[in-house]
Amino acid sequence: MKELLIGNAGIARGLYEAGVEVISSYPGTPSTEITEFASKYDEIYCEWAPNEKVALETAFGASLKGVRTACAMKHVGLNVAADPLFTLSYTGVTGGLVICVADDPAMHSSQNEQDSRHYAIGAKVPMLEPADSSECKEFAKLAFEISEQFDTPCLLRVCTRIAHAQSIVNLENRVVPEQKIYNKNPQKYIMSPANAIKRHPFVEERTKKLTEYAETSPINRLEIGGTQIGIITSGACYQYVREVFGDAVSVLKLGMVNPLPVQKIKNFAEMVSKLYVIEELDGIIETHCKNIGVEVIGKELFSPLGEYSQKNIAEAFHMPAKEFITPDTEIPMRPPVMCSGCPHRSMFYLLAKHKITVLGDIGCYTLGSAPPLCALDSTLCMGASVSSLHGFNKASKGESEHKTVAVIGDSTFMHSGMTGLANIAYNNSNSTVIILDNSITGMTGHQQNPTTGYNIKGDPATKIDLEALCHALGIQRVKIVDPYHLDECEKVLKEELAVDEPSVIISRRPCVLLKHVKAESPVVIDKNKCRSCKKCMKLGCPSIHIDNDGKAGIDNTLCVGCGVCKQLCPFDAITS
Amino acid sequence: MNTKSIVIAGVGGQGSLLASKLLGKVLLNENYDVKVSEVHGMSQRGGSVITYVRYGDRVYSPVVQSGEADFLISFERIESGRYAHLLKKDGILITNTQQIAPMPVITGAVQYPETILDELTAKGIQIEAINALALAEQAGSAKAVNIVLMGQLAKHFHIAYDKWISALEQTIKPVFIELNKKAFQLGYES
Repeated sequence: MKELLIGNAGIARGLYEAGVEVISSYPGTPSTEITEFASKYDEIYCEWAPNEKVALETAFGASLKGVRTACAMKHVGLNVAADPLFTLSYTGVTGGLVICVADDPAMHSSQNEQDSRHYAIGAKVPMLEPADSSECKEFAKLAFEISEQFDTPCLLRVCTRIAHAQSIVNLENRVVPEQKIYNKNPQKYIMSPANAIKRHPFVEERTKKLTEYAETSPINRLEIGGTQIGIITSGACYQYVREVFGDAVSVLKLGMVNPLPVQKIKNFAEMVSKLYVIEELDGIIETHCKNIGVEVIGKELFSPLGEYSQKNIAEAFHMPAKEFITPDTEIPMRPPVMCSGCPHRSMFYLLAKHKITVLGDIGCYTLGSAPPLCALDSTLCMGASVSSLHGFNKASKGESEHKTVAVIGDSTFMHSGMTGLANIAYNNSNSTVIILDNSITGMTGHQQNPTTGYNIKGDPATKIDLEALCHALGIQRVKIVDPYHLDECEKVLKEELAVDEPSVIISRRPCVLLKHVKAESPVVIDKNKCRSCKKCMKLGCPSIHIDNDGKAGIDNTLCVGCGVCKQLCPFDAITS
Repeated sequence: MNTKSIVIAGVGGQGSLLASKLLGKVLLNENYDVKVSEVHGMSQRGGSVITYVRYGDRVYSPVVQSGEADFLISFERIESGRYAHLLKKDGILITNTQQIAPMPVITGAVQYPETILDELTAKGIQIEAINALALAEQAGSAKAVNIVLMGQLAKHFHIAYDKWISALEQTIKPVFIELNKKAFQLGYES
């Protein structure tokens, strides 16, 4: 049966057909749907782990026990999982283990555009890169064969344009391989120095064998189209190359991007007059070619920045540009914003009002940095708000403690905010951490986490009590506020900033987009009372605008009646 | 057949993903090779959202670039101006006349360019502008703007009406199907 699936659903189908039994992941755009789609197959045990390191270690355990297992994460998630990855390379696997990683060139929804291929090289493990949803499925299955044949974890890399592009996939049946028997094997699995030192030569030998595999594997495919121009490429770039050149050039399409073949590339180079490497982000294939003495044109022609497309490849080859029309009028930007009724908004309003320095984190609340709130001072990586607040306050020798906070979401706090909070307690800084608890992992599209009380399938699960957790991490002062109540929030914020001990404010209200959250009727503006002071506009709520009469107006299709603006109006012009 | 390209431009929350799903389904049912490129994550939070649908005998690139689109379907008035450059010279712009103010307009930093469609027409772009919001409300929900516009687009295809309806049935939850059939019909007959 043929179906139109996004690349991530193709991968999920591949995991299913390969007989995977255990999947543990942490959500992150553009990787999230791999695990979401996989969780719809009842045959697979699927879970959201608190972070990517836990996810990969869970997969390691499942592999050790002898079943096929996988985890999925975004590129920066692999940073978090890098610790187990590098030593998993030494232990190898029992049941096949595949790590799906999704890069985000052009940073559609990410804080950097790092190239995950460096991890494959660094950890000395194979990496496959599909170029459409059908290959996503096929390569996912092949990754398990490679993992088991070569005794290695195998990386499967996609980028946004593969992960989130639908193309046709041919569905096949699930085949579960016989479970391997777990036998105690300390030399292979206890990576103490004495054992690890013996495993390292195995890793080097494995890379040689994998390189031989890369020389002959059909996924490194030569497509002959003349001897003038040759192009080495992989993933989405392959599609752009074909879009631009059709069959007019010869292409070496690499399905395996680590390790790279040597002889195959040398033979290809001899076949064509001019050889190009077209790869997004870093010049990894290009560097390899140059290392083996093959002359190629790569990053001198193509940027290491952002995504490629048929357009910039055609431009690089000086092909005529397509004609198009643009308006002269400047179109106003339409940046993403916090939703109407977003429980994060009022807390950011108060932080901005009191000119608090705010060390931020990764999630919807990064949008607190946008005008008119402009409430954030930093965003680095998952969990960094809490730990960097501590450093900031230590550096200020006490001067900043009463006017600086960290803001972090519930899911991000569970991911890697907890350890930072332990550091605040242990190393005694008078830091104030605000946990913006909207009872869901928001930005990635509503995934459950250990604080929500539900698992990936929506079934009830143990709900970790954030308040008790903060106490257990050594924080005596933990206050809970409802962000829809401005006065209460302001009072608690002032109190907690004033005290000379570490404290946590849990700002608790579920995301308005959650199905169980019922919207109230839109608020109403009394035009007679409104004096056009525009105080309500300071919230940056998409439901509030200024009408042609200079007075506030409400978009009834968007307003969920949260009532925060009502509390702000000095003239009682806003009513329910 | 050469590859054809359709661009769907909207505001996060307007249901452009569902529209592209319907389009993908109907084209797949016609045995075309199809690619649909979506945007998830941060871009959806009330921001500008763009989706590409490409079909033909063999589709390579999942994205549409300047001067390549046969159709641009804009779910909001100024989004048509933002993405007009994607249209081929003889491409067709189908747009909803509805205005949704972006944050820089809401804060008063810039004016909403209300005359954008006149300017695009003056520049020679073929425009089919409909009040999809009114038709969606007539069908029973403001949220059906996406399907109204798909009805308008369907007029340009040599695909039988009932095939669109069966694709709709394969795409939309049964509880919302009647509403969306009505929305599609209103767009188709507009």
